[in-house]
Amino acid sequence: MASVSVPAAGTAEGLLRRPRATTGFWSWVTTVDHKKIGILYGVTAFAFFLVGGVEALLIRLQLARPNQQLLSPSVYNEVFTMHGITMVFFVVMPLSAAFINYLVPLMIGARDVAFPRLNAFSYWVFLFAGLFTYSSWLLGGAPNGGWFGYAPNSVLDPTRGMTFYAIGLLMAGIASTVSAVNLAVTIINMRAPGMTLFRMPVFVWMSLVVQFLLAFSLPIITVALVELLFDKRFGTHFFDPVAGGDPVLWQHLFWLFGHPEVYILILPAMGIVSEILPVFSRKPLFGYQFVVFSGIAIGFIGFGVWVHHMYAVGLGPIANTAFGISTIIIAIPTGVKIFNWLGTMWKGDLTFPSPMLFAIGFVSMFVIGGLSGVTHSIVPSDYQQTDTYYVVAHFHYVLFGGAIFGLFAGAYYWWPKVFGRRLNETLGKIHFWVMLVGFNLTFGPMHILGLQGMPRRIQTYPKELGLTFWNLVSTIGAFTIAVSILVFLANVVLTQRKPREHEADPWDGRTLEWLTSSPPPEHNFDEIPTVHALDEAWHRKYAETEDGRVVPVPAGGSGAGSEAEGHGGHGGHGIHLPSPSYYPVVASLGLFVLGYGLIFSWWLVALGAVVLLAGLYGWALEPSVEPSEA
Amino acid sequence: MSEAAVVHTYESEHEATSTGLPNTKLAMWIFLASDVLLFGALITTYVVYRGRSVVGPYPSDVFDIPYTSVSSFVLLASSLTMVLALAAIQRGDLGRMRLWLLATAMLGMSFVGGQVYEFTTFYREGLALTTNLFGTTFYVLTGFHGAHVTVGILMLLTLFSLSFLGRLTQRDAMTVELVGLYWHFVDIVWIVIFTVVYLIPTGP
Amino acid sequence: MEQVETSERAPARRVGRVVRHPSPREYVRIAVVLAVVTAAEVAVYYVDWVHEHGLLIPLLFLFALIKFSLVVLWYMHLRFDSRTYARFFVMGLAGALTLYMAVLLMFRTFSG
Repeated sequence: MASVSVPAAGTAEGLLRRPRATTGFWSWVTTVDHKKIGILYGVTAFAFFLVGGVEALLIRLQLARPNQQLLSPSVYNEVFTMHGITMVFFVVMPLSAAFINYLVPLMIGARDVAFPRLNAFSYWVFLFAGLFTYSSWLLGGAPNGGWFGYAPNSVLDPTRGMTFYAIGLLMAGIASTVSAVNLAVTIINMRAPGMTLFRMPVFVWMSLVVQFLLAFSLPIITVALVELLFDKRFGTHFFDPVAGGDPVLWQHLFWLFGHPEVYILILPAMGIVSEILPVFSRKPLFGYQFVVFSGIAIGFIGFGVWVHHMYAVGLGPIANTAFGISTIIIAIPTGVKIFNWLGTMWKGDLTFPSPMLFAIGFVSMFVIGGLSGVTHSIVPSDYQQTDTYYVVAHFHYVLFGGAIFGLFAGAYYWWPKVFGRRLNETLGKIHFWVMLVGFNLTFGPMHILGLQGMPRRIQTYPKELGLTFWNLVSTIGAFTIAVSILVFLANVVLTQRKPREHEADPWDGRTLEWLTSSPPPEHNFDEIPTVHALDEAWHRKYAETEDGRVVPVPAGGSGAGSEAEGHGGHGGHGIHLPSPSYYPVVASLGLFVLGYGLIFSWWLVALGAVVLLAGLYGWALEPSVEPSEA
Repeated sequence: MSEAAVVHTYESEHEATSTGLPNTKLAMWIFLASDVLLFGALITTYVVYRGRSVVGPYPSDVFDIPYTSVSSFVLLASSLTMVLALAAIQRGDLGRMRLWLLATAMLGMSFVGGQVYEFTTFYREGLALTTNLFGTTFYVLTGFHGAHVTVGILMLLTLFSLSFLGRLTQRDAMTVELVGLYWHFVDIVWIVIFTVVYLIPTGP
Repeated sequence: MEQVETSERAPARRVGRVVRHPSPREYVRIAVVLAVVTAAEVAVYYVDWVHEHGLLIPLLFLFALIKFSLVVLWYMHLRFDSRTYARFFVMGLAGALTLYMAVLLMFRTFSG
């Protein structure tokens, strides 16, 4: 690996001594272990989920009845803006990152990602980006221009809110870009012997597509946000019509990112569901190659549809038609996946524990969201639907009914692997059903409200419009969702109090992570498995007879269950793992301070830059594995 | 072509990857691919707004093509010195590597110095960041490029210093290669900027 | 694809390959070409005949393309390296060209 030559062991190096903690608070701060980082992402993202959920409840309380003033118009703008920003950037993306970080190295038979310190850096920058954005509430006002920040409104708003928006999202973008390169290299380059690309689990494939979507779409919003920041902070004219600028440029740059972004939000959950459905159907995924190729197709075509967010801007019939066609086309690979999932379940030996319920919930709710999406693709129909609650219904069906349900499915499924114990099944079922009912009560009526003409982003509405009833139903639904989340939280608390069960393979899984113990040792596998087939773990446990019956491989075969007691394994000795480091968190702190400096003071920019540079230099000069431990 | 140098890249005994390619170089190319989109967006902004400034100064009022073309020569020359530095360390010739690394850094600094001089001249002629669309798009695009060059110079000087501390040897040729890839990228972005911004005339 | 030995301990592929590199002399030759092309770019900028016949922009693009390719293929070594690097770089490049051309068209940059 490229590095600088490491001095002889024992010489004092760098500004900071290498951290040594393996347990406790500092071990989490300095960890470079992808599993710990995955847990950090998951816990942090879930905390933001609760905050974003409270924001949603406030919105729903405000809209429950006409002419309310629970939230003033300007506060309302901040609340719905922060709700959107939070859910997109600080919940779904990092929850996906949690799963990707924890599982991908295990699923490909690796010991960690390609660049472990960079991985830690991504987490800390994400955390600081979220804290930075939220600190705006206390420092002059939160972002209030919608999560999509349209110019010129975002430029002309007199508060600091949209400046916090620009800088906060730039920070989050750095975290994700760097992570994208890291994970792309990991998946391409660190697979176990025998794991060809087409023996990778679908979840790993979807993760790979997502990394490229991130790498190619984030630079575009980076430029948009920089231009917004410069307009606000330095008086440039990027979106200033008086000087000849064009606010539509913002829309193009934003949606060039924003559309691939929604596929970034959904593909990991699709990957999760593609892992879960086969396990609880006791059948391989139907049409694995089709599922993989349609994921790639969705990623690719996803770059070619962005103008469907801009049909009503007046770009003209040629642009609208072209993008209408591409948007219709993208429904095809999506549909292919749905049919493959159904085909997986068809005539399967089905069982319905919580992960399976949430996975099926994903498929059904996502189909509904996808159908309303298809109606959006038709330009003249969208002229009626755009900027109404019909759109709000659509994206909540795909992002909540889709992504969130899928992520919960993953939580229930992999909880035993990560924490060594299964979540309570009864509470899981209650969570699922209450959430399913609550979700549909909340967002189902929004289709009707939208078609009745209720615009988006309004703080209140008059009684005469006849929107009251469904708004009230929607609010009741939202609180029902909240109850279901409380059930989940209770489940987590109760479960984590129980002693660990250490079941390596509680669900009779198909993929490599089930071959190691629960939780896995720090080095993941005592011996890196050699892969001979797709669903390698399954094939080590089961074989097919001539008449196609699945029979267990006789005991003493290639080691189902924990490899920790395996023959020939060296129990983790002699494996050089990357050492923990302070520098990722130091460098991210530098960026954090720099962010405030851009708003408040050039001295802070200088300080932040110095800390950032110190962190980067220390990092570059420190070996990835401490020689004394090699 | 002519004499091919046969070079073994040194990697540690334990390194092995699914593609046979080193992680860091793969990472650098993916990063550069994403950076193409970054500069593409800035250049697109410039081109969209070309000729739309409501007030002057306009490009033809301030551009000094001979001056800027000297800058272009300088940056291209720095790509040559960069690749010579890499060739040197791959042969194990640390002395030559230091020479060429320093030359690259100095050429880079001349380029940035030249940019700074150019910007201050434009500023004195009435083109500030906020004067008009041209000022806005020009300074931000070329400023981003200049910032990239500056980061490159810092990396070059760091490598130069490390080589004196015994921290950069033939085994670390890959590090020089990676910095080189970044440096050449910055050069090709300039090739595009020089053409699109300076040479292609902005209409009346 | 990559079929490898089945031994548990065998790494997938060793890194460390024999790579052909141009010699310093070749690099200098390329630099000379780059300088000549740059000079040509500046020259056509000043030649009225070129402007009058609408050749300026095509020529400038051609020259830029030549310089770009020389640096990428020789200095950045893509001509001699694994195709994988080139594939990723071209992905970014092709993506940028397509997407941004579409934006420019929608802003009617090329008409009127």
